[in-house]
Amino acid sequence: MSVLSLRTITKSFAGNAILKGVSLEADEGEFIALVGPSGCGKSTLLRIVAGLDNADGGDIVIGGREVSSVAAADRNVAMVFQSYALYPHLTAGQNIAVPLAMRRLTAAQRFPFIGNLLPGQRQIRADIQRQVREMATSLRIDHLLDRKPGQMSGGQRQRVALARAMVRHPSVFLMDEPLSNLDANLRVHARGEIVELHRRASVPTLYVTHDQSEALSMADRVAVMIGGTLLQLAPPQEIYDDPAHIEVARFLGQPRINVLETRMDASGSVRFGALTLAAQNTPPSETPVLIGVRPEFVRLSPRTDGILKARVERTEFLGSEVIVHARLDAIGEAIVAKVAPVEAATLSEGLPVSVEIEPDRVMLFATTGERLRAQTIAVASMLEKAHG
Amino acid sequence: MTRLSLGRVLRLSLLSLGALIFLAPYLFMISTAGKAQSEIFSSSLALIPEQWSYVENFTKALSRVSMPTLLWNGVVVCALIFIVQVVVAIPCAYAMAKLKFRAARLMMVLVMLGLLVPIHATALPLYVAFDRLSVLNSYMALVAPFSISVFAIFLFLQFFRALPDDLIHAARLDGMSETGIVARVVVPNAWPAITAFAIFSVVAHWNDLFWPLVVVTNQEYATPPLGLLYFRAAEAGDDYGALMAATLIITLPLVAAFLIAQKRFVEGITMTGLKG
Ligand SMILES: Nc1ncnc2c1ncn2[C@@H]1O[C@H](COP(=O)(O)OP(=O)(O)OP(=O)(O)O)[C@@H](O)[C@H]1O
Ligand SMILES: [Mg+2]
Repeated sequence: MSVLSLRTITKSFAGNAILKGVSLEADEGEFIALVGPSGCGKSTLLRIVAGLDNADGGDIVIGGREVSSVAAADRNVAMVFQSYALYPHLTAGQNIAVPLAMRRLTAAQRFPFIGNLLPGQRQIRADIQRQVREMATSLRIDHLLDRKPGQMSGGQRQRVALARAMVRHPSVFLMDEPLSNLDANLRVHARGEIVELHRRASVPTLYVTHDQSEALSMADRVAVMIGGTLLQLAPPQEIYDDPAHIEVARFLGQPRINVLETRMDASGSVRFGALTLAAQNTPPSETPVLIGVRPEFVRLSPRTDGILKARVERTEFLGSEVIVHARLDAIGEAIVAKVAPVEAATLSEGLPVSVEIEPDRVMLFATTGERLRAQTIAVASMLEKAHG
Repeated sequence: MTRLSLGRVLRLSLLSLGALIFLAPYLFMISTAGKAQSEIFSSSLALIPEQWSYVENFTKALSRVSMPTLLWNGVVVCALIFIVQVVVAIPCAYAMAKLKFRAARLMMVLVMLGLLVPIHATALPLYVAFDRLSVLNSYMALVAPFSISVFAIFLFLQFFRALPDDLIHAARLDGMSETGIVARVVVPNAWPAITAFAIFSVVAHWNDLFWPLVVVTNQEYATPPLGLLYFRAAEAGDDYGALMAATLIITLPLVAAFLIAQKRFVEGITMTGLKG
């Protein structure tokens, strides 16, 4: 059963449609990463789920209850903000205790001075302290409890924010780029920690990031949102290997997928280099189409007898791999290949090369961006071409 | 060590000259407070009294009018005004800065307009109203007209706009009501703005002569500047030595308060200045 479900959420600011009907279901204990370029409405969506902003239309159901008209505090949703939003005047311990105190103590018991005299509150406060300490211990910040946010490092603040959000056992967990203020090393470390915590707490989590490697490595499913629309929601491997839209394919993968324009002929087949593809779910007609192929499936070899000829323009050494930029002779388009350093040693700048593409890894897209199913039906071998 | 270059000497002497010009009246007041009647009216002008009459003048100042009553009234009126102003202005500024409601723009315009209207313009209608309500000669009459300070609203508004929205959002998610947010999140983080405003408010109302003069005729409710006026008019005649001693007494609390809390005040003003 889905714990969180969003149905056709729409939102516009001053006439600009920011969310155009976003629907999403999260199961018990599921970790969904929401990725998309800056300004596509990710934070807006999170704010709407949290109840900090109202949607113009659509339903939000949390744990079977429609919450569109429920106040933020009563939705039992916790959120970690990009800026952490810790209370600057309170110590880490007090920060973590706030959500518990607000829920467990009555208004009178929370009142300064007088509250401390009321019956029953002493026990509750002690209990809150115990929970705060437990939470802090599990996040290894128990030595920081007496420090104010201003006296902590970014990573420590991030953990305090995490502790504050987790301590009250929310039914949905929202995180808005919680790691973007950390340096690269710490970020990778914190990723593992968040996944671990999530596994233990098993609360459905909506995790916004614009770091694709974060999304792919942490999430059970990745949602790609572009221009206010959820283009695809699928497990990391699937969304990477089998994108439903060219923008999804473009957004995920480093370096970006190669997209080349070509034409489909009247019989519904598409020829590109040595490959012939048959489009399957589209009526055959003579239209331009887009071919997508990821850099790791492009092979460059230093020979001049290939069908697709290119010239190496530039290489980027990244340690374990080398990114090679080449330009296709026939159409003048750039193509990027990811190759092993050993192979790259033979590819110097200006060298004419032949381009080969892994036949099963080619994707076909309509010019509107939708994915077209296609099958590779023929691969012309180079020898054939060379001799024919 | 510090080199005394020509530029530095020039700058320092310019600053000292400025300081001297601004301090001169105060120094003269201190000096006069220690002079005997005959010396004040002599043709020579000396900064150091020939004959020290401080004790004499201060005794006169303290005995002829009820100095404790004056100071007490000053403290009560200033404290009440300040507290009411802050209690009214903070929620108002918070709403205007962080909540979305339809009249926000209109309110902003009204606040701006309010900044332009001086108390002197509304003095007469207020006086008549207070007279009808028979509340002249009371703390109420001294405090009420200043309870809503548009200046405070304006100052806090600028300050609150700089508070991150996420902080407010986090507080809402943590279960705070809007009142809770103001009391637990906004106010504790607004101390620089509140101290800055405290200076403006307290100084203005401690030194205000105009309004007490309008609504108070009973010495029981006289504020320090009004007390001085009585002192001069009725009791001391032209005893300037005693008058200066009395003036010294009533300006002393402010000067002392400022010197003690100087660091925080300066912090407060510069912080709001930068953010606003
Ligand atoms: N309160 C608001 N008033 C007007 N426009 C807004 C408001 N909040 C957001 N927007 C607009 O909505 C769009 C989406 O904003 P949002 O903050 O959701 O983007 P985002 O996907 O989180 O981007 P980023 O990755 O940079 O955080 C932006 O174009 C932004 O200008
Ligand atoms: Mg955002």
